[in-house]
Amino acid sequence: MSKFGSSTNKKEVPQASSNSLSDIVFMLLFFFMVTTQMRETENKVIVKLPEASEVAKLERKDLTANINIGSPTRQYQATYGTDARIQLNDSFKTIADIRDFIASERDAMSEAERSLMTVNLRVDEDVRMGIVSDVKQELRRCSALKIMYAARKPGKD
Amino acid sequence: MARRKFEAIGSTADIAFLLLCYFLMTTTMGEQSGLQRRLPPIPDSNQAQDQKVNRRNIIIVRINSADRLFAGSEAMDITYLKEKIKEFLTNPTNDPNLPEKEAKDIEGKTYMVSKGVISLQNDRGTSYQAYIAVQNELVKAVNELRDDFSMREFGKKFSRLSEDQQEIVKKAIPQNISEAEPKDTGKK
Repeated sequence: MSKFGSSTNKKEVPQASSNSLSDIVFMLLFFFMVTTQMRETENKVIVKLPEASEVAKLERKDLTANINIGSPTRQYQATYGTDARIQLNDSFKTIADIRDFIASERDAMSEAERSLMTVNLRVDEDVRMGIVSDVKQELRRCSALKIMYAARKPGKD
Repeated sequence: MARRKFEAIGSTADIAFLLLCYFLMTTTMGEQSGLQRRLPPIPDSNQAQDQKVNRRNIIIVRINSADRLFAGSEAMDITYLKEKIKEFLTNPTNDPNLPEKEAKDIEGKTYMVSKGVISLQNDRGTSYQAYIAVQNELVKAVNELRDDFSMREFGKKFSRLSEDQQEIVKKAIPQNISEAEPKDTGKK
């Protein structure tokens, strides 16, 4: 009791300790470090997604396989030309490689979730449908039937 | 001595702040969005393919190599496609040329479900942009019909319904878009 009495009598506000501040900041830091995803693959093709107003969000990002289709970026144009190419993971591939790619993506998933796999087709808006149709046919042959045409909302980059 | 210790802790906070700022800047809570679709499985060669769809139940939407759009048999601007599809799917006047409807029992209530199928065909030379624009219009038409239906049945928009109700609406207004095998419709 006397303790309380003395402190109120002094009427001195104790200095707020800033020791916990660093802890809080560190916690925030760890949060961002964990949630940040560094771009894992380098984009070797230019993909400018087409606009679509009725887009739906992709729910499970870990269950998607990305297929990029577009014309190679400038540094690769000397070797690969400017025609639309398929990029899987980190390198230019052909239609024939899609089967292996899908198989390896499937292997990386747990058995129960394999049927939920979505193939995200990130296709540049200037690409002709021929190559996209070929990819779609190949995906059907691999029975990877859930696909998504990546698009962006109009007025948003 | 005590004061020294205090200062040391102060700088850790600063460093952590700097790191924090760095991560705040570089973080992309990147979200992927797009139009989700289900491809038809490869038809089994052993099975007889006599899945005949009645002519009136199918509308062919075709985009040729010059990105020109044909719906049914006529050339059409993309802005009219949505209304055309909505009319096709609802068939308000019970036109014998538009798809038939079938009474279906969904969760204890009977609804008239259209049997219409939209068949989307494209050429190898069609641009992806045009293709997605058309896909988007088709989805928009179905979404608007679903919204109308939800308003009528539940008094709410489709997106505000509970999951069970959404299932009912999805069954009552199915999104039957078939992406046909690629065909060369353009002249070489």
